[in-house]
Amino acid sequence: MKTDDLIAKLGADNSRRSWSPAATLLIAVAVSAIVAGSMLMLTIGVRPDIGAALTTWRFDFKFVVTLTVVASAYSLLHRALFPRSGTHFPLWLLLAGPTLLLAGIGVELIGMPEAGWAMAAIGKNAVFCLTVIPALGIVPLGLLVWALRQGAPTRPTLGGFCAGILAGGIAATFYAANCTDDSPLFVATWYPIGVVVLGAVGAVLGRYAARW
Amino acid sequence: MGSETCTEERLADLMRAALSGDDAAYTAFLRCAADLVRRMARRRVGEGSTILPEDIVQETLLAVHLKRHTWRAKEPILPWLMSIARYKIVDAFRRRGQRVYVSVDDLAEVLAAPVKEGEVDDARQIERAVAGLSHGQQRVVRAIAIEGRSIPETANALQMKETAVRVAFHRGLATIAARIGRQT
Repeated sequence: MKTDDLIAKLGADNSRRSWSPAATLLIAVAVSAIVAGSMLMLTIGVRPDIGAALTTWRFDFKFVVTLTVVASAYSLLHRALFPRSGTHFPLWLLLAGPTLLLAGIGVELIGMPEAGWAMAAIGKNAVFCLTVIPALGIVPLGLLVWALRQGAPTRPTLGGFCAGILAGGIAATFYAANCTDDSPLFVATWYPIGVVVLGAVGAVLGRYAARW
Repeated sequence: MGSETCTEERLADLMRAALSGDDAAYTAFLRCAADLVRRMARRRVGEGSTILPEDIVQETLLAVHLKRHTWRAKEPILPWLMSIARYKIVDAFRRRGQRVYVSVDDLAEVLAAPVKEGEVDDARQIERAVAGLSHGQQRVVRAIAIEGRSIPETANALQMKETAVRVAFHRGLATIAARIGRQT
């Protein structure tokens, strides 16, 4: 086909238009939170002593960390939707959550006798934690990769990875309301595994499904 | 259309008008974009590649059309357009199993005079059509049409009957003619 003919055809199709991909992403995040929240409530629920737990810094700190992961992954995924000049992609933003967590570990280690460290890190729910985070995150991951597809990601693998980390952050936030292991040592040992697994799945999905 | 009219401001104005429903402005935008992308593609796709720069132009225009909602009216439009073109060039190389590095400083070079769609592509197009033939036809067509051998010579070299060479040659040419005819 001649390029001029293509231009004429496309020009005649000007009326068909889509939403801003940023709006699509927001909707995908909202639906993801609803899905992950409902799945949690319909299956394992929140821990019975959540009222008392909310008054402890360790419990609340879990949400500070997971929501930081959510915020940083969201900003990167938003960025990945739009073609832009340059190859700069501030992936280091994803270190915000882990950095906070390291600070939390510092506080924990100062306040806790050395004999308790290993037990706090291993906890009682390790296997459960490793299962629940990917399980809660898999539907959000699908939604977020779909949202990524609606944009024009020039780096689909990286975009998919951010979608996976965001899905993992959302899943971890809800799982944290169920989990009775609150020590930053436990969070740092087990939570990242599930989140990174989702990130890896997201990278593969993005690579193949978010191409355009 | 001269390149001096395809500035950042003009492209952005045309796209804004297009997004608010002006079809003529949209067509003008696509023409401008085609000129700029053609120039970039010609530079990036070196001689001897089977990739046609004009294919890049068309794939980019199609992508621009499908993804025009990803341009935000507050942002410069040239970097947006060029990163779509760059993505399509890299994609074209990757689909052929080649790796390519496309630098990010393409903006300066597209501001020079754009090139028109034209003859430069013809030789590549023929080479690609020949490469698409079956192995036997390809050998015959290359021997006769490209190396300039006679039919008896070709028959001898390829250990075929002359009638078989004749048939393969004519079928090959017909296939090429059909393929090129379909594309243009």
